[in-house]
Amino acid sequence: MPILEIDHLQKAYGETHILHDINISIEEGDFLVLVGPSGCGKSTLLNCIAGLEPTTGGKISIAGRDVTGVSPKDRDIAMVFQSYALYPTMSVAKNITFGMKVRGVDKATQEAKLAEVSRQLQIEQLLNRKPGQLSGGQRQRVAMGRALVRDPRLFLFDEPLSNLDAKLRVSMRTEIKKLHQDLNASIVYVTHDQIEAMTLATKIVVMKGGVIQQIGTPAEIYNRPANMFVADFMGSPAMNLIPARVRAEGGATRIEIDRGQGDPLVFTDPVARDLPAEIVLGVRPEDIHEATGTAHLPDAARQSGGEVMIDVVEPAGADTFAVTHLGGKPVTARLRAESAVRPKQMFPLAFDLSKLSYFSPKDGQRLN
Amino acid sequence: MEWLERNVPKLVLAPSFVAILIFVYGFIAWTAWISLTKSRLMPKYEIDGFGQFERLFAAPRWDVAMNNLFIFGGLFIVISMVIGLLLAIFLDQRIRAEGVLRTVYLYPMALSLIVTGTAWKWILNPGLGIQETVRGWGFESFTFDWLIKPEMAIYTVVLAAVWQASGFVMALFLAGLRSVDTEIIRAAQVDGIPNHRIYSAIIIPTMAPIFLSAFIVLAHLAIKAFDLVIALTNGGPGYSTDLPATYMYAMAFSRGDLGQAASSAMVMMGVIFAIVVPYLYSELRPRRDH
Amino acid sequence: MTTNTLLRWGLYAVLILFAAFYLMPLFVMLTTSLKSLEEIRTGGLLSLPREITFAPWAEAWSTACAGTQCEGLRPFFWNSVLMAVPAVAISTVVGALNGYVFAQWQFRGANLFFAAILFGCFIPFQVVLLPMAQALGFLGLAGSIPGLIFVHVIYGIGFTTLFFRNYYVTIPQELVRAAKVDGAGFFRIFFAIFLPLSLPIITVSVIWQFTQIWNDFLFGVSFSGPGSQPVTVALNNIVNSTTGVKAYNVDMAAAIIAALPTLLVYVVAGKYFIRGLTAGSVKG
Repeated sequence: MPILEIDHLQKAYGETHILHDINISIEEGDFLVLVGPSGCGKSTLLNCIAGLEPTTGGKISIAGRDVTGVSPKDRDIAMVFQSYALYPTMSVAKNITFGMKVRGVDKATQEAKLAEVSRQLQIEQLLNRKPGQLSGGQRQRVAMGRALVRDPRLFLFDEPLSNLDAKLRVSMRTEIKKLHQDLNASIVYVTHDQIEAMTLATKIVVMKGGVIQQIGTPAEIYNRPANMFVADFMGSPAMNLIPARVRAEGGATRIEIDRGQGDPLVFTDPVARDLPAEIVLGVRPEDIHEATGTAHLPDAARQSGGEVMIDVVEPAGADTFAVTHLGGKPVTARLRAESAVRPKQMFPLAFDLSKLSYFSPKDGQRLN
Repeated sequence: MEWLERNVPKLVLAPSFVAILIFVYGFIAWTAWISLTKSRLMPKYEIDGFGQFERLFAAPRWDVAMNNLFIFGGLFIVISMVIGLLLAIFLDQRIRAEGVLRTVYLYPMALSLIVTGTAWKWILNPGLGIQETVRGWGFESFTFDWLIKPEMAIYTVVLAAVWQASGFVMALFLAGLRSVDTEIIRAAQVDGIPNHRIYSAIIIPTMAPIFLSAFIVLAHLAIKAFDLVIALTNGGPGYSTDLPATYMYAMAFSRGDLGQAASSAMVMMGVIFAIVVPYLYSELRPRRDH
Repeated sequence: MTTNTLLRWGLYAVLILFAAFYLMPLFVMLTTSLKSLEEIRTGGLLSLPREITFAPWAEAWSTACAGTQCEGLRPFFWNSVLMAVPAVAISTVVGALNGYVFAQWQFRGANLFFAAILFGCFIPFQVVLLPMAQALGFLGLAGSIPGLIFVHVIYGIGFTTLFFRNYYVTIPQELVRAAKVDGAGFFRIFFAIFLPLSLPIITVSVIWQFTQIWNDFLFGVSFSGPGSQPVTVALNNIVNSTTGVKAYNVDMAAAIIAALPTLLVYVVAGKYFIRGLTAGSVKG
């Protein structure tokens, strides 16, 4: 039985559609991340799941029970908010136990739960403080504590890390992941940060304009993006999207890419494909390799080399990024840190043909 | 139960909604209706057209009241704004004891206009007040008897009203001055722009909304001013200091002329409408809090 | 440097001159109220009393004649207290709940209603004077203190609603959402979360309403009966009372007595008083 099932969900304010025909299903223990740019409807979707916003069509079920129209308190959920939404006049302990108090849980159970959760989150020494006296990270923990004591069927997180500084964000991310593993909790998590989505999720939903673009595991989303939007949105630096020409050639596919000056870059995908004459080639920066010597090259990259003009070189410690231009677009390659690449010089690069994505330039959909 | 839970917010507002609907809008409608009838001592409900308004505009006393409203309103607003702005700019110069001065300037606003009127009536009375005091200092021919001069009495109302409200305008402007982005001022200082130019070219123009709200509040006070005239001059000498508010009151409660009272109230309403509606509209329009 | 110092002196001179202008009436009221009539007639307006007497205060408080009634201001002062306290309390409570709804529980049409309430703050009360007189008669509240309370509550909730609404919109909506997920309802959220945050705005609302109601004259003179007149009306009656000799010292003592409560509020809580004034004129 799915822990959360969303069936043909619609949401509109008058004529403006916020969510179009949303269908999602996750199992117990899944970590579902809703990701997309701001205004894509991901937070609205989360609020619909929570029951904080009314829906205009479709059905939401939690643990097999239809909860469409049920008020938030009766959905067996807990939620962590972007601003943490700690009650400013209550102490940390009162913040955490407020929900239990409202539901009439007896004092002893409240105390026991509070002790358990505060130990788990290491906030025992903060229990008598007011939210105003806490740091961002501490507030974040208290907000999670408030959700944890609820022991709900489903946890909802609304961009919980976006108000933290970069370093704290990384460590809290790890903690959330650990919590998920320890509790085997079912989680729906909203973020606009694709790295958070990749690192945390067991399942990702990429959204844009109120429409689901793709649902899949992080690996599926990353390796086989369903369209150019997903390809561009997920991954940093983003996937290179290069306009190219295609010619079928016996049992293989011949691909030509403009280099700006001189002959086009030409190589052959050994697999026969049914592609239109004009395509957009998607290739991740790490799938573009240095072609000086072939020893370290993956097999699939051996026949796709070519000299290109390097515009900019950006050393980044572990890697060196080399930016060139192909098909009129800037193209980034992730090279070894010790690469000999220099700006304003020709340099040989090779594509890993087994990792290529092909997109239609007309509608942006994936073709392979 | 579900229904109740969902509709609690509306139910909470309902009593206020009903009250506002009846006691503000219903009553305005009632007054408007009466102003179109032949009501005198008792309300009559047959519509009679604009006879009351014709009578109103033909009445010399109403003429005086409207004239006074423009003299009083105009002077009161302009003088209060000038004094308020001046004091605010002066107080903004890192003045010692600013807090004390601010408190002193603003306290009249806490007083009832009846108290203000009573005090100024005593100060301005020619027999024992300012005039007599200055004469006692040796200026035998000094005269300051506006209070009993029909053509000057309205200016005593201006004086007392300015005394009461200019400190409040000062507080508004001071808050405005303080809310101007200090980086802009620093940038101007670095550019070598002299202080008075910083005020005239940078700070004051950014305070346009505050001028507007000060104007609205003062205009509103001027049109509603009633207590002050009652306490200071009681409309006199004669009816030389009548304002629309006192005229309306006289018609309603001492003359027993409901029709005139209603039509004069509607004219006051119209004047306020003309000032406040565009203001409220612009205030509510662009600001979306959600 | 010297021109600068000179300017500075000029600046202080102007500021002090204005301070004198604002303080002069209070000073005159106070000194006059402490002089005997004899001294008023012979001494100057601005001179200090040669011989301090509290007799005018005693007279103003308990024996001065307002119209035909010669009991001083005392009964009317208590009328004002009896009128102001409930009216302030009720209008503040109603305003708090209204503001809470407008700020945090928006529904379709709420904005329009808010605009309607806001507009109600600005109407000249003359326009409701006649029908209100009729309505109070109809409700059996004419000439009574409950009638005045009713009127002040009705025309006060516009401002109190505005205060609370503008205060509560600054509180993030996620707080209400979190509390809803926690299972709390409308009133629970109000009492457990919003009310404890509201002390500053309650103070503003109470001070504003108290000042308005205490200082009101129009409603008082229009809707009160002989036994229910508020202090402002009585003060005006005492000052304009034609019986006997004009007792300026008693008038001034009475004026100070009538002004004392609001003056006290201003001195004690001036900060909140100013916030109320500015909130009433500038939105937000």
